[in-house]
Amino acid sequence: MPQPMIPMTTLRYNRRFILGAGVAGLAGALVPGQAFALNDSQARALIERAVTDTNAAIRSGKTGPALYAMFERIFSKYADVNVIARSALGVAARQASAAQMAAFTKAYQGYLSRKYGKRFREFIGAQFEVKGARAIKTFYEVKTTAILKGQAPFEVLWQVSDRSGQDKFFNLIVEGVNMLASERAEIGAMLDRRRGNIDAVIQDLKTAG
Amino acid sequence: MTGTTTQRLGIRTLGIATLILSMAAGLAGCGPAPRGSGINDPYEASNRQTHAFNKKADSVLFRAPSSDDTRPPVGPVGHAIGNVGNNLGLPSMVLNSLLQGRPEPAIKNTFRFIINSTLGLGGIFDPAGTRFSLPESTTDFGETLHVWGVGEGTYLELPIFGPSTERDALGKVVDLVIDPLNALDPDPRLVAKAFRLGARVETRKKYSATVDSVLHDSADSYAQSRLLYLQNRRFELNGEERNDAAAYDPYDDPALQ
Repeated sequence: MPQPMIPMTTLRYNRRFILGAGVAGLAGALVPGQAFALNDSQARALIERAVTDTNAAIRSGKTGPALYAMFERIFSKYADVNVIARSALGVAARQASAAQMAAFTKAYQGYLSRKYGKRFREFIGAQFEVKGARAIKTFYEVKTTAILKGQAPFEVLWQVSDRSGQDKFFNLIVEGVNMLASERAEIGAMLDRRRGNIDAVIQDLKTAG
Repeated sequence: MTGTTTQRLGIRTLGIATLILSMAAGLAGCGPAPRGSGINDPYEASNRQTHAFNKKADSVLFRAPSSDDTRPPVGPVGHAIGNVGNNLGLPSMVLNSLLQGRPEPAIKNTFRFIINSTLGLGGIFDPAGTRFSLPESTTDFGETLHVWGVGEGTYLELPIFGPSTERDALGKVVDLVIDPLNALDPDPRLVAKAFRLGARVETRKKYSATVDSVLHDSADSYAQSRLLYLQNRRFELNGEERNDAAAYDPYDDPALQ
């Protein structure tokens, strides 16, 4: 199975240097603008809105299922859930019928919100700041820093595309951990456990996470 | 400090210094190792056995009764123990930053250690992080090896310690040996080590929601832990992925069409 994990010869790039160099270093790293339908400021604006809503959800003080429901609304508003679901299924997406894809996507959205909602507890109190955006192939990568009092700031990258017809993010990279890569591994494991039966995986997803 | 301690310390320090210098000499001029890629896991079968053991041990020791429990996972005492233990980890990080030829994090962690040991009452509080913008610059001997040009080697899951690589496992062993806390007399050293262990427990509890989710809710928690560890470790050591040509674009993935 092809890994969406991005391989891997690369500039040696020191994170401390980037954090130290701050905005100046970042500006130097920006790729000059190319002719995209989506532009730098639109990509930034989308993530600014997503981050504002996320900060508000964290500040709401809600926990458990109430918080997961808020995340699910944010997620469905700002993320291209269809392409994330397709990518998580990998080649199995090609064999799925339209009805199966629709059912999978719906169950998967709830599953993702529960799963990442739980994992979000350690972000409580964090403030996200948008630091910059750069073009990669046909999409933009918006860099944000999450600041938690007393801790080293950590980096969250949001990959944004307009190829669904709307500006949406389709991947998150948190301190190097790539959501699409991790999701494909996990949904692949679920499919293996059910010997490739998508309907069974859809049932599993309704309670998993 | 007694005469015998000084003598023992002198011999040991000399031995360690020789070891490190000979390693450094062998590796000098190599520059940092390139970013690891893919998953190199020839010991997967035995790693999975270790993983099953770790999962059981983790369940017994830490698993929260309910994932919807809204109480903070660490109380004030646990928090204080964690702070003290983390503060006592700083001398080792300073040493590693120096071995890496990186004075900036060494200086920052030195100031952090001094501030928290004094104003922070022996590290119980963290004024360095909260008031002086001096959070911990985390590092270890695994990173030192990386800076010296040692590649990550195969993936390894270590008993109790969890996900690692050959390089990082060796780094853990060396960190135990070269820890400046070893210079303390036996009794305070034991207390210091107890606090270090306490800090590890506190970290596990602090991130209990995420760790429980990865370890106990995943369809294949071994594969998830391995992937998360490798990606995050490579990010820590090599920084952000900059190979744009190889960036994954699901809108152009022929396998999905």
